[in-house]
Amino acid sequence: MTDTVLDLPALIDASRAEIAGSASLDDLEQIRVRLLGKKGSVTELLKSLGAMDPEARRTAGAKINEAKQTLTGALEERRAALEAAKLAAQLASDAVDVTLPGRGQTIGGLHPVTRVRRRIEQIFRNAGFTIADGPEIEDDWHNFGALNIPENHPARAMHDTFYFPDGRLLRTHTSPVQVRSMEKQQPPIRLIAPGRVYRNDSDMTHTPMFHQVEGLVVDEGISFANMKAILHSFMRELFEKDVKMRLRPSYFPFTEPSAEVDISCVSCGGSGCRVCKQTGWVEVSGCGVVHPNVLKAVNIDPERYTGYAFGMGIDRLTMLRYNVNDIRLYFENDLRFLKQFA
Amino acid sequence: MKISLNWLRDWVDTGDDVPALAHALTMAGLEIEGIAAAGPQLPGVVVGEVKSVTKHPDAEKLNVCVVSTGAEEFQIVCGAPNVRVGMKAPLATIGAKLPNGTEIKRAKLRGVESAGMLCSARELAINEEASGLYDLPADLKPGQDLVGALGLDDTIFDVNLTPNRGDAMSVQGVAREVAAARGKPLHPPVIEPVVPTITDTFPVRIETGKAADAPVGCYKFVGRVIRGIRSHAASPFWMQERLRRAGLRPISAVVDITNYVMLELGAPMHAYDLAKLSGGISVRFAKPNEKLKLLDGREIVLTPDVLVIADERSILGMAGVMGGEHSGIADGTVDVFFECAFFDPNDVAGRGRRYGLITDASQRFERGVDPELQERAIERATQLLVESAGGKVGPLVVTRASRSYPALAPVRLRHSRVERVLGAKIDASIVQSLLERLGMVVSGSAGQWQVTPPTWRFDVRIEEDLIEEVARLHGFENIPEAAEIGAHEPSPWTETQIRNERASDLLVDRGYQEAINYAFTDQAYQSALCPEPAVALSNAISAELAVMRVSLWPGLLQAVGSNQRRQQPRVRLFEVGRRYSAAGETEVIAGVVTGSVLPEQWGVESRKVDFFDVKADVEALIGLTGAADAFRFVAEAHPALHPGQSARIYRGDRPVGWLGAVHPEHSKRLDLTYPVFVFELETAAGLAAVVPEFEEISRYPAIRRDIAAIVDEGLPVEAVRAVVQQSAGRLLKRLTVLSVYQGQQLQKGKKSIALGLQLQDTSRTLTDNEADALVAQVVEQLGRQLNATLRDQ
Repeated sequence: MTDTVLDLPALIDASRAEIAGSASLDDLEQIRVRLLGKKGSVTELLKSLGAMDPEARRTAGAKINEAKQTLTGALEERRAALEAAKLAAQLASDAVDVTLPGRGQTIGGLHPVTRVRRRIEQIFRNAGFTIADGPEIEDDWHNFGALNIPENHPARAMHDTFYFPDGRLLRTHTSPVQVRSMEKQQPPIRLIAPGRVYRNDSDMTHTPMFHQVEGLVVDEGISFANMKAILHSFMRELFEKDVKMRLRPSYFPFTEPSAEVDISCVSCGGSGCRVCKQTGWVEVSGCGVVHPNVLKAVNIDPERYTGYAFGMGIDRLTMLRYNVNDIRLYFENDLRFLKQFA
Repeated sequence: MKISLNWLRDWVDTGDDVPALAHALTMAGLEIEGIAAAGPQLPGVVVGEVKSVTKHPDAEKLNVCVVSTGAEEFQIVCGAPNVRVGMKAPLATIGAKLPNGTEIKRAKLRGVESAGMLCSARELAINEEASGLYDLPADLKPGQDLVGALGLDDTIFDVNLTPNRGDAMSVQGVAREVAAARGKPLHPPVIEPVVPTITDTFPVRIETGKAADAPVGCYKFVGRVIRGIRSHAASPFWMQERLRRAGLRPISAVVDITNYVMLELGAPMHAYDLAKLSGGISVRFAKPNEKLKLLDGREIVLTPDVLVIADERSILGMAGVMGGEHSGIADGTVDVFFECAFFDPNDVAGRGRRYGLITDASQRFERGVDPELQERAIERATQLLVESAGGKVGPLVVTRASRSYPALAPVRLRHSRVERVLGAKIDASIVQSLLERLGMVVSGSAGQWQVTPPTWRFDVRIEEDLIEEVARLHGFENIPEAAEIGAHEPSPWTETQIRNERASDLLVDRGYQEAINYAFTDQAYQSALCPEPAVALSNAISAELAVMRVSLWPGLLQAVGSNQRRQQPRVRLFEVGRRYSAAGETEVIAGVVTGSVLPEQWGVESRKVDFFDVKADVEALIGLTGAADAFRFVAEAHPALHPGQSARIYRGDRPVGWLGAVHPEHSKRLDLTYPVFVFELETAAGLAAVVPEFEEISRYPAIRRDIAAIVDEGLPVEAVRAVVQQSAGRLLKRLTVLSVYQGQQLQKGKKSIALGLQLQDTSRTLTDNEADALVAQVVEQLGRQLNATLRDQ
């Protein structure tokens, strides 16, 4: 133990060396106690001051305090260094291989037709359309009669209808939802009706069940030009491309004038490819001004109100959107197919 | 409908090239679906005339011929049996290339030089005839390029006609459209009435429409007798070519001519062998149970709304659909009776289809044939027949029904309505001229017209029909795109409807893939799993797709099977769709799960999925409602499910779904790896949500007490929960099942259920004493109601 203030410089030098050489926080703490603890050598020196005369006490006191501060600083500095080293070691041992995959459940996915159906619904909802629904097992009146397709009409031959023994049928299109909606509600009407439809047809390019979306707008002053505008903006939105659109005259018993809707091929941009059979155009929809007989059948005055309607094959739009080349894949539920649309 | 472009150009010449003409027709509403060349390219193949034929010195079957092209003569060695002097046949000269790739070179056959090749029709890819040289018409000029001589440099349009345009089912009809669309004049062939040379007629009676309200069916029957034609006469070569290009096979002069006139003018005709008719012809509706023998040998029973043509002995044919067998033209026919009648479309439509008969005639008649066309058609056919087969012509006899076909009433057309419906400005003068181009008679002032459509336009009867005509000729591309003006109502959506989107997303987030199955399935396959009665289709596509599904499980299990066969052992699928019963259709969300609970991965021990893994998914779905407490899972049996792992899901007292393991017997039978779990939940009843209502949050601390109750092993946890909840009352904030134990430390037949109770009051701090008293009360009730004892006591 150092007895006098005169030994202080030697004490400081020796202690500093000891502090610098300490290997752990525990070692450092022991040094601190030996120097600055209740019975530490510096503390003892401070205690000895009481026995000195005032003049000597002041000089010695200053020196001892200076030594205490020096040693405290050295201890803190060493503590910080040791702590930093300890943390670094801890972190090093905590390190993981970040390239290992995460654990737990993986995400599934929606059917591609559902993905496109949702986009269609969203686009039309934003345009102020409501989403309507109707039965898939329909009666003749809603599927045909009310749509200006009487018995013996040649258009019926195009529909390949599935029938039930009681005369009901599986709806061949989503158009009966038009009729049911207009039976319940007077104009203004703005709706789309997506859903499953059925035709007795099965080959490379047809499945006996497929998805359509029907659109119907009836109000005062609705025109063919309005229909062109909404369809074109819909196609641009759906494909996120500035697609061109053309309407070709066609025939549906429930609309007049009627048109087929072609858009410039979304695959090749119109230069000609497998998807558009080298024509540059793909047919995506049928549409037209609602036939007055259809309005009359549901007691809507065709003089006051006009409207338009359209129908699109969702499965077909899905093929175009994701480049699916075989429509039959939709209903095979092969996980290797479905997982591509997660 | 296939149509030769050269034929069309005889009627109307627009000066358009092929693509431009096709586009113009498509944009006018007659979609050109296909454009094909009528014949092969045959460079170097010319018309040759055989000048001499001599036997080859060294070959039995070969001949050495001299063939002239007018300017030159060639020595050709030929093996065809039909070669003869004076014959005109295709000559492939040196350097010519045949469609099969053969290049014609100078050759020596058994030592004799041959400077080219005489060809069969098959060698030139013109048709399948390969038995001899293609015997060309005698009037062809030697040396002429064969393609030009036969008119093979033609294009065939395939026109996709919509069912409203019966008027366009002929060259005349398409030509009218071209003329209207391009504003060009029409040049129909000149059809002069043929002057009768004999007075023979055949009696025709129209027996329909006698009563004022009875359907007439046949308004006009035009007939003509032609006697003494050369039997076996063939139709001219050019006619045969045109028929072929329309997809018809040439047969004989009479048959070809009736077909030709139908293709040219659009009027179906019929030719009878006059010798086979007896008495007279009557047009009438079929008698009850009357039978008709069809050309294909089938015998059908007619219904009384079928119009027939009959003679004294029997029915000759179904009017407007097809002729019968015995009265038709045959090889030896010398006396012919032509029929060209006008049948009301309403009395023809659908009749043929009912018996599976869709013919060229029925397709035209049910869409409507111009009622003014019949006389012209007979005159045209007569003229063509006399040209090809001679014969003496009787007078044209028109027999009419007691009532005449209603005259077309003019249709009112308002200019304002045109512009309003189309949303486009179109000058009144343009509207009028467009209609006139279509053969409409337009009268009245510019604001409001009276428009009489031509007799061939059965699809123009109301104002909208006229607006459509204006629109398509004006051009849909010339109608602007105009945004709608007006306020839109917000679309109604209640907060308590859970969108299927949300439920689907939840399952997707929990690892499911969405599936879509057909709504119809196999009867036997389905009923083994779900025996409730299924609605059967009358005309199913196959036995595998014959009945409507009563559950989504059959389809989903099939999908599991097919995926497992494709080396996908872990399957999690769901579907949103309807199930069907006689009472109606119900939308459900259903799922199927099999394989490991997690995808194969590192650091997690692999384990097969179990009941509670899947129940958690169903509980998550139920949790979307915000009313999970209203649901119960009750052990009930289902034929598809394992009897010990099957729960019916109730919401209140209403069953809304099922959850369970597929019965191991079914798994085995369907070749699925075991176990497979399925669930199904009605969307409307099962997923309707409640609007949340705020409840005060307690500011006071909660106290936790755990208890373990020993009960009979058969007692469901739900019963224990119910007693705890009821006896603890409002202070019980949360009740958690901590563990369920069965084993050596317990008496046999018993199980221990550990429960965590969280107790809390909203207005003050609960004391330990109060909590202990409450737990004591719970324990007492468990003992009293369920004979439960506390473990560790």
